[in-house]
Amino acid sequence: MTTTETARDVSAAARLRKTSWYQEPRWQRLAALIGVAVVGAQVTGVEGNNRDIFYALKENFTSTGFAVWLAVCVGIWVVREFAQAPVGSAWQSVKESVKAPAGEVQAVWRKQFWLRVGILSGVLVFLIVLPLLVSRHWQQVLVDQIAIYVLLAIGLNVVVGWAGMLDLGFIAFFAIGAYSAAFWTGSLPVDPPMVLNNFAVIPIAVITCLVAGVLLGAPTLRLRGDYLAIVTLGFHEIVYLGAKNWQSFTGGTSGARVERFSIDLGFWSYSWGLDPRPYYWLLLGFIIVLLVLFIRLEHSRVGRAWTAIREDEVAAASNGVDTVRFKLLAFAIGASTSGIAGVIYASKLAYINSEAFIVLFSILVLSYVIFGGMGSLPGVLIGTAVLVWLPEALRDSVPAQDRYMYLGALLVIMMIYRPQGLWPSRRRQRELHMAEEGTAGADALGGTAGGKQV
Amino acid sequence: MSGPELDKNPGEHGTPLLELSGLRVFYGAIEALKGIDLTVGRGEAVALLGANGAGKSTTLKTVSGMLAPRHGEVRLHGERIDGIASHELVRFGLGHVPEGRRVFARMTVLENLTMGAYRFRRPDPDDLDRVFGLFPRLHERRKQIAGTLSGGEQQMLAIGRALMGKPELLLLDEPSMGLAPLIVEQIFDILREVNEQGTTLLLVEQNASEALQLANRGYVLETGEVVMSGPADTLLADPRIRAAYLGEHVEVD
Repeated sequence: MTTTETARDVSAAARLRKTSWYQEPRWQRLAALIGVAVVGAQVTGVEGNNRDIFYALKENFTSTGFAVWLAVCVGIWVVREFAQAPVGSAWQSVKESVKAPAGEVQAVWRKQFWLRVGILSGVLVFLIVLPLLVSRHWQQVLVDQIAIYVLLAIGLNVVVGWAGMLDLGFIAFFAIGAYSAAFWTGSLPVDPPMVLNNFAVIPIAVITCLVAGVLLGAPTLRLRGDYLAIVTLGFHEIVYLGAKNWQSFTGGTSGARVERFSIDLGFWSYSWGLDPRPYYWLLLGFIIVLLVLFIRLEHSRVGRAWTAIREDEVAAASNGVDTVRFKLLAFAIGASTSGIAGVIYASKLAYINSEAFIVLFSILVLSYVIFGGMGSLPGVLIGTAVLVWLPEALRDSVPAQDRYMYLGALLVIMMIYRPQGLWPSRRRQRELHMAEEGTAGADALGGTAGGKQV
Repeated sequence: MSGPELDKNPGEHGTPLLELSGLRVFYGAIEALKGIDLTVGRGEAVALLGANGAGKSTTLKTVSGMLAPRHGEVRLHGERIDGIASHELVRFGLGHVPEGRRVFARMTVLENLTMGAYRFRRPDPDDLDRVFGLFPRLHERRKQIAGTLSGGEQQMLAIGRALMGKPELLLLDEPSMGLAPLIVEQIFDILREVNEQGTTLLLVEQNASEALQLANRGYVLETGEVVMSGPADTLLADPRIRAAYLGEHVEVD
């Protein structure tokens, strides 16, 4: 290489290295925060009207709200840029001071068996009396939304969190469960061979969903990641459009009335009526039974097989894990949990139509699982409860149509600052830790370590 | 362990442990293996050599059940095993160290080794001791996350994990890939020990010199066919091999 060429290269590199002032991170952060203030002021300010199209813009940029937003955002920036050392060290000392007692609490928690039993039974008692403590509105929310979604989320967690398969059609099985309930209680336009009690439908719905799950899974579970997601999405659309358009069987969008739960043991009978509380206790019972089953599964050979499959399917197979069988098992367990939720949902509302099973709900359940922490049961429980509770809690303080926007913003912020979820499983924490450290083994992540995929 | 039994049976007069005959494997319309014949005797170490794309890994993957041959047979203990899924073959005493190591990156070393013994209800502590004896490094790092190990340690872990399944025949796909020469030497020393303890080895290697020093016999593949085979020292001395795989400038007629 001649000297002139080298010189030119250097100058090219220098040109690439040169940054304008607006490319410096400091000013970019300021611009971003001002952007947040602008959007925030617009979103929380007055609404527009038809007479003056710029009304909302003018009002919101001249209001005190905007000044407050701007002050807060610029304040954050100033503190971050010019007072980093004191703030950082204060934060560090807070972390340090929390760490030691937290570790002690954890150690005590691990050692003291009876303490665990005590706290868990305390939580259980709290959950049992919870509906007695809240208003009728919140009782409805607890049953129709929180408990149903928790049941769905722990089912989806098996598929997504443990076996590592992306399932976007989870609500299809919910629909199958709900329509099974309607069919077998004689509520659909088509008469069943015999009319059953709602409780007797639950095992039938579980079997129906198992069969549907296996029928869908067997030919498709060889697919991975994105491909499987698309297949499940397609399956959902088939089930949904079937429910919507097969009017003579499902009642379509106009729906069908469903019997409520009832028990008749001869000497004692009880019917679930309009009061949401008995449904809550019923759901709580199902959730606890399934949680116990799932916790046992997680720590069994089955759970280990799922972990291995999630990490690296080829390696799992070469260690003797029947990958297809265990993926199918996860899929079927998820599907039948969803089916149980469907039966209870239909029997609670006493009415179903096809619009209760749109794909949005699949995605919502998935976001609850991710928000809570994939693969971590406590995380999934808390995440679902928080995310379902939030829009309801916002009902009084923000315009109704804006509620899901705040949910969306929360999800975005969460994924940026805490992608592992609220209460991540230990394995997720490791993964994040490794990504932060940029450790040598990062190439072993994702299974494409320097070799061809099979 | 199975060591002593093998010593009773040093030659191979009965059925070989592994036998491939007339193996033809296709990727779609492309014929990757054009009729491979190969035997591995009990207690042997056999090396498969060849350039990129010669069909070494394809052969190994066919043996381990990841690929199905269109024609030909794979026999283990004289029984046909082609068409049996990889996870089933583990029960037939086949261990596979896949290309690129493929350790479970988010599990600890110990969890990885436990996964290796998945076919048993619980891992045999003797096997664990044996693996830790072979790889003291793994014992030191047994609680470390596998993804944070160095490349060489990951390779050791992959081998150790396969040994936890008590394989009679261990298939290794390029154990030296991407490793420093010193580490490669260590790994081959350990493989020699594994072989001496009674595990039969079939390995695919680019590093012909190390592979042939370890192996009793070798096969050279070229575009899906065996072009040479014989005792390792004969191959190592062959000028064509030296020219093609050891980078020596030798005049070849």
